[in-house]
Amino acid sequence: MNMIISPTSALSATPNGTTRPQVRIVIVGHVDHGKSTLVGRLLHETGSLPEGKLEMLKAVSARRGMPFEWSFLLDALQTERDQGITIDTTQIRFRTHSRDVVLIDAPGHAEFLRNMITGASQADGAVLIIDALEGVRDQTRRHGYLLHLLGIKQVAIVVNKMDRVDFSAARFAEISKEITAHLTGLGVTPTAVIPISARDGDGVAAHTANIAWYKGPTVVEALDALEPARPLEALPLRLPVQAIYKFDDRRIVAGRIESGSLIAGDEIVIMPAGKIAKIRSVESWPSTPVEGRQGAGRSVGITLDRELFIERGDIIAHAGTSPRDTRRVRARIFWLHDKPLAKGDSILVRLGTREARANVVAIEKAIDPGALSNEEGKSIARNHVGEIDISLAQPIAADPHGDNPRTGRLVIEVNGRIAGGGLVLSVDAGQRAAPIDIVPVESALRPDERSARYRHNGAVVWLTGLPGAGKSTLARALERRLFANGGSPILLDGDTLRAGLNGDLGFSPQDRSENIRRLAEVATHLARNGHIAIVAAVSPAKDDRDAARRIADTAFREIYISTPAEVCESRDPKGHYAKARAGTLKSFTGILNDYQPPTGAELVLDTSARSVAEAAEEIERLLANTGILFDELTDLAANI
Amino acid sequence: MDVLTNDSARQRLRQAPLIQASSVPQMTPPSMDHLDQLEAQSIYILREAFARLKKLALLWSLGKDSNVMIWLARKAFFGGVPFPAMHVDTGKKFAEMYAFRDRYAKEWNLDLRVEPCPPIDAVDPTLPPAARSAARKTEGLKLALAKYGFDGLIAGIRRDEEATRAKERVFSPRGLEGEWDVRDQPPEFWDQFNASPPQGAHLRIHPILHWTEADIWAYTKRENIPIIPLYIAKDGKRYRSLGDQDITNPVASTASNIDEILAELDATKVPERAGRALDHETEDAFERLRVAGYL
Repeated sequence: MNMIISPTSALSATPNGTTRPQVRIVIVGHVDHGKSTLVGRLLHETGSLPEGKLEMLKAVSARRGMPFEWSFLLDALQTERDQGITIDTTQIRFRTHSRDVVLIDAPGHAEFLRNMITGASQADGAVLIIDALEGVRDQTRRHGYLLHLLGIKQVAIVVNKMDRVDFSAARFAEISKEITAHLTGLGVTPTAVIPISARDGDGVAAHTANIAWYKGPTVVEALDALEPARPLEALPLRLPVQAIYKFDDRRIVAGRIESGSLIAGDEIVIMPAGKIAKIRSVESWPSTPVEGRQGAGRSVGITLDRELFIERGDIIAHAGTSPRDTRRVRARIFWLHDKPLAKGDSILVRLGTREARANVVAIEKAIDPGALSNEEGKSIARNHVGEIDISLAQPIAADPHGDNPRTGRLVIEVNGRIAGGGLVLSVDAGQRAAPIDIVPVESALRPDERSARYRHNGAVVWLTGLPGAGKSTLARALERRLFANGGSPILLDGDTLRAGLNGDLGFSPQDRSENIRRLAEVATHLARNGHIAIVAAVSPAKDDRDAARRIADTAFREIYISTPAEVCESRDPKGHYAKARAGTLKSFTGILNDYQPPTGAELVLDTSARSVAEAAEEIERLLANTGILFDELTDLAANI
Repeated sequence: MDVLTNDSARQRLRQAPLIQASSVPQMTPPSMDHLDQLEAQSIYILREAFARLKKLALLWSLGKDSNVMIWLARKAFFGGVPFPAMHVDTGKKFAEMYAFRDRYAKEWNLDLRVEPCPPIDAVDPTLPPAARSAARKTEGLKLALAKYGFDGLIAGIRRDEEATRAKERVFSPRGLEGEWDVRDQPPEFWDQFNASPPQGAHLRIHPILHWTEADIWAYTKRENIPIIPLYIAKDGKRYRSLGDQDITNPVASTASNIDEILAELDATKVPERAGRALDHETEDAFERLRVAGYL
């Protein structure tokens, strides 16, 4: 054993780069074009092979009756060695004179594309290898496309097996031109194109006479030029919430800063709800709190200056530069599942720490990146890529990938297993499923700007109950209270809207459904824009109210005004009961007994048993307790 | 008059966040070094595991790696480890290891579970001797899994230790018998993890997969994490990796502190697990162990 304690090995030169930069590089390319061989050669040429490894590889090769096989170094699994293919990705380290390199070997076989992606997703840069004899093949193109989707911008091209084409400069130029054009089309400019023979070492660490016509960098030199990824400190703050911990009397919001930075005292906004708070402290262990600014890449824990409902999946941002909240996302994705992804499919989307059910509204493009053919089909097949339009079951916070690579990417899960992933192309703030020809225009204001002013989030407060139950009276009282507190309530009375917007509708079940749908759409639009829409409508059919809840989603608060029928009839504020009894008013809900009481209302209020003020106060309390009204407003209102 | 007062109070309230919104700070935070990055990533993984699995345990082998892992868990969860630390005990560890365990389980306030391994007869007789002995640990692990119903086991393996470990996922699904299906590992990217084990199966979570042996030592030194003295050279030898007494050998070394260990590692080309007999008996000995559920 050879143990030397070098006097120059002071701590400043600690192994594995406490001082040296570390760069992670993935080797990709078509099957059998020589990825694993190049990795073996690189380790050998840089003197990085562990003691005894070369002998072990010779023995393993001989046992299989093969000439010396470099790929056995990384293809550690028996099946990989027996079949001569790389199945799964692996990593190995070596050093060049300027940096520590983590080499990631990725399988080139189409069957194992998921493993190629697993490996490549961890890389700062890539080497795309091409067999000089075979030229650009389908996995070459596919891997090129995936590098683009994985956001890897530094790509060096290696044309391998130059010995098989007699080190022909013409052949090299031909391949170089083809692949450069392909990558440039994807927005990736190769950092170098290098002719080599990995098996014999030409062009790997040194120039050889065989390729004397080539004057560019060797592979090792090209690797030295690849830069480690930088933390995204310059971008706006994005802190996806991993969990809320209450191990002691502190309520710590934990997560990793994906971009930007934060410090105690910052005013933050919690998306998608748009709630506002201040960072009280940045907690840590063993010593706490942490003073000073915390930047992208840090796993942190913060406490806030107020008790707010906040949960895993929320994204913390700075007020003024928050991400959008949305239920509609367009994405460019790669698909890895056996079953093609089709329009109408139910999927689970993960973005940051948020998990949300979603539906595929449309497949806008489907491409086989190997064949580079656009597919007419309505689905994205396994190992293909495409552009999709997704409708989410709940609002999420997201950025377009161009604005923020971390909160602008998502993965798709099917049956508990990751099935695909991709980049967020656009985020349609507050928009719902819309036909393709319609281009919704987003508001100029973000939700947090409005909620900062109104001190409440948007909501649809839906008052349902018999005619005469007290809906309109209560709605007006609530409107007055919210307005008096600086909020922005808007009353949508069923009868009032029937005079205009819904003037074309009668009282058939279909017309009633349409009436409710329009009310719900208008109310939801107001809620998305930060207002509290107070809907007062009999809305007798449970199906219609359920539809309204689906439209307004998490903003929906159903309040059942359960005043007994005889009380309602005795009140008869609009004279409808009298007319109906007299037979002059058809289809009147009050006496036809066709009102279907809600079973899952957020609040049930009998106005015969309490004053209007008490009832309005109960609604206000519900809104405060369910994240619509900001807590401190109630406190403040009480103090004024 | 009252109304006027109210209005101006509200005016201030409304304007306050808008004024601050325009002053998003521009100051640059201190940059992270290599160990800071490793630590942040491990903490992220541990928190993901704790958020997404129902019943977790951390496998504490008492070695340098799992001690670092416990330290990282205390950082992730602000001092405490909110799940059990399980020592699957072959009964053949060094006395120094048991002393270390009993001392620090108390000092670190761990929920320690010591689980025994079955006798050697219960283990696959076709394995070579050292591997068979190590496979006892796999059986002990299975018994503990059945006993507690853990759906996630946090293990301190690293990619640079061994070639099949290098192919691991951070969240690695296991079959009902704890086996590892190396031909069909799920995709894992962008720190999004497959964390839905089927009923009765479990996941292995590997928070320090991306660390190296030197990283472990550099971090141990920086954080002043206690170590078992067997790692420090005595009479010209020290242990680089600690396993069962009868199948673990020391290496030649004069390192009397962590700085000297790091200097030796910088110079050596001998792999870390060279002293672990079970890795080297046959070409596929370690792979067979791992496929069957070994760490």
